[in-house]
Amino acid sequence: MKNAPDRQAAQPSRRGFLKGAAAVATTLVAPGIFLYQTGHAASGASDQVRWGLLIDSNALTEADVDACVTACQREHGWSVDSDSTTDAQWVRKVRLEDRESGHRIFLPMMCQHCESPPCVDVCPTGASFKRADGIVLVNKHICIGCRYCMMACPYKARSFIHEDLKDQLAVAPRGKGTVESCTLCVHRIDRDGTDAVPACAEAVNRGDRKAILFGDLNDANSEISRRLRELGGTRLRADMGLNPGVRYQGL
Amino acid sequence: MQAAIKYAEIKTSSSGYWGLLLALALIALIGVVGAHHMEVEGHHVSGMNNQIVWGLPHVFAIFLIVAASGALNIASLASVFGKQAYKPLARFSAVLSIALLVGGLAILLLDLGRPDRLIVAMTYYNFKSIFAWNIILYSGFVVIVLAYLWLMMERRMQRWSKPAGLIAFVWRLILTTGTGSIFGFLVAREAYDTAVLAPMFVIMSFAFGLAIMILLLMLSFSLDRRELDMSHLLRLRKLLGIFTASVFYFVAVYHLTKLYGTQNHGFESFILMDGGVYSFIFWFIQIGLGNLLPLALIYAPQLQNSSKSLILACLLVIAGAFAQLYIIIIGGQAYPLNIFPGYIVESSFYDGVVNSYTPSSWEFMLGCGGVTAALLMALLALRVLPVMPAALSAEAR
Repeated sequence: MKNAPDRQAAQPSRRGFLKGAAAVATTLVAPGIFLYQTGHAASGASDQVRWGLLIDSNALTEADVDACVTACQREHGWSVDSDSTTDAQWVRKVRLEDRESGHRIFLPMMCQHCESPPCVDVCPTGASFKRADGIVLVNKHICIGCRYCMMACPYKARSFIHEDLKDQLAVAPRGKGTVESCTLCVHRIDRDGTDAVPACAEAVNRGDRKAILFGDLNDANSEISRRLRELGGTRLRADMGLNPGVRYQGL
Repeated sequence: MQAAIKYAEIKTSSSGYWGLLLALALIALIGVVGAHHMEVEGHHVSGMNNQIVWGLPHVFAIFLIVAASGALNIASLASVFGKQAYKPLARFSAVLSIALLVGGLAILLLDLGRPDRLIVAMTYYNFKSIFAWNIILYSGFVVIVLAYLWLMMERRMQRWSKPAGLIAFVWRLILTTGTGSIFGFLVAREAYDTAVLAPMFVIMSFAFGLAIMILLLMLSFSLDRRELDMSHLLRLRKLLGIFTASVFYFVAVYHLTKLYGTQNHGFESFILMDGGVYSFIFWFIQIGLGNLLPLALIYAPQLQNSSKSLILACLLVIAGAFAQLYIIIIGGQAYPLNIFPGYIVESSFYDGVVNSYTPSSWEFMLGCGGVTAALLMALLALRVLPVMPAALSAEAR
């Protein structure tokens, strides 16, 4: 008799414990499952497509570029303390001023998803890899944190995780001691295919005004291919012959 | 017919010897503490960041790895080039090269973001990566030099030491070419992307490895009060002079080539003139103290019989080596990437600015720990293995 209330009291706490354990397990396992799916989507990703972005800097204000960065942070759960030299930046706002004319532009700078990515060439374990559809990713399971990819990237697109992380999101598993960069919102692409819109593009596109256009560079009839055909686009560090999947207008 | 060389283990039990071993072991332990702290806290406790991704640990590690290859030089001169005068030091040369390489690799491993994934590094290979080749080259080097050492030490097997020496010689040339190419193959950065880095690293290895070897030779001989005739030191002294001058030549070719092309003028003026601490380190430590002063000490006619001047020259060559690797590794990253030529660039990710780097004590501890671990291994090996000649007497002329 004496023990009964105790046992009853124990019931909800045990349930609570199980709930808590389930929550913890989900938090721990979900990113793994996501990573597993993303990794395996690599074999499912089609080599018929090549995803790319066309960024029109003429259509982007400074506030737009800030919105890109914020959207990416919200989507993938990263943030930057001011003046931190060690925080990761998947996308950054770059302010350019022409040395002669003084003309100023702002543009978002992220992984350029090269056709011949130097980061993939130099990675000793193959953790840096390019999917069949052209998206360059890091397999967090076999990244040893040597940072050679960061030495090799001509675009300074990659970040190393310098400390413990809190509040990770299931769509963007991250890990201290490994390297990461823009995934082109691969989770959206694997979910929505050609209808996918990366978070940065979603943040700045309004109606027909598409300052950041996502699409299939292999499809001659896609909007991105048509716009590139009509108006052209600049590849950053084109001299290196890496053929990035991200192109810029207005440079 | 040359008399058989007598080898002997270090036998001293002086307090100086044990004190030295204890000090080396303590510093190596402190290195482990530094590495552990960086591993637990993350690399934000180091001075490295997303701009300078390779820092002081890499300077120490690459110094040791490069010197390791060069330390084998003396053995190669004896086995491959038939220079009998170097034969007494061939075993020590092999032992030292293994110890230095292991020390360097330990630093590289412990600096990884995920050192616990060593097994991944050993089992997943991307064969297009020069880093992956190096993992094979480094492990192969240890195995080959161990075999070479055994063949030299086992009387019945000595005739095989010559072919083994040849394999080790070729292997280490490839190895240091690989180490130089870690940087030489990096097309993105102006400091790198040049084939000259590979042979430059080879010649650096000759000088750095020999400098360490001369110092340890003199140290262990004096610990054990063994006879060391000046003629032997004179030979090594001349060799160090040639190697140091060759390093200077390669540095000159590297910078002259970069200076010729307008596109690299920004980088060159950063290293040579406007780079503040980098320009100072380059001219004062690398060139002045690390190249020119040792050359003066080595070739000054009145100093030919001074062992103190040789010790000083070796120490200066080593100081110059650290300065040179600091400029190559950290100076090369400090200069910003030129992604948007013709524009003034600004961003939250430090585009367009010279990147700052202040090494932290943790990474310094790791680096020093690796060096002392290598020296400790070498000195312990001298105690348990008969690799050092019992005496290096005056040669009969």
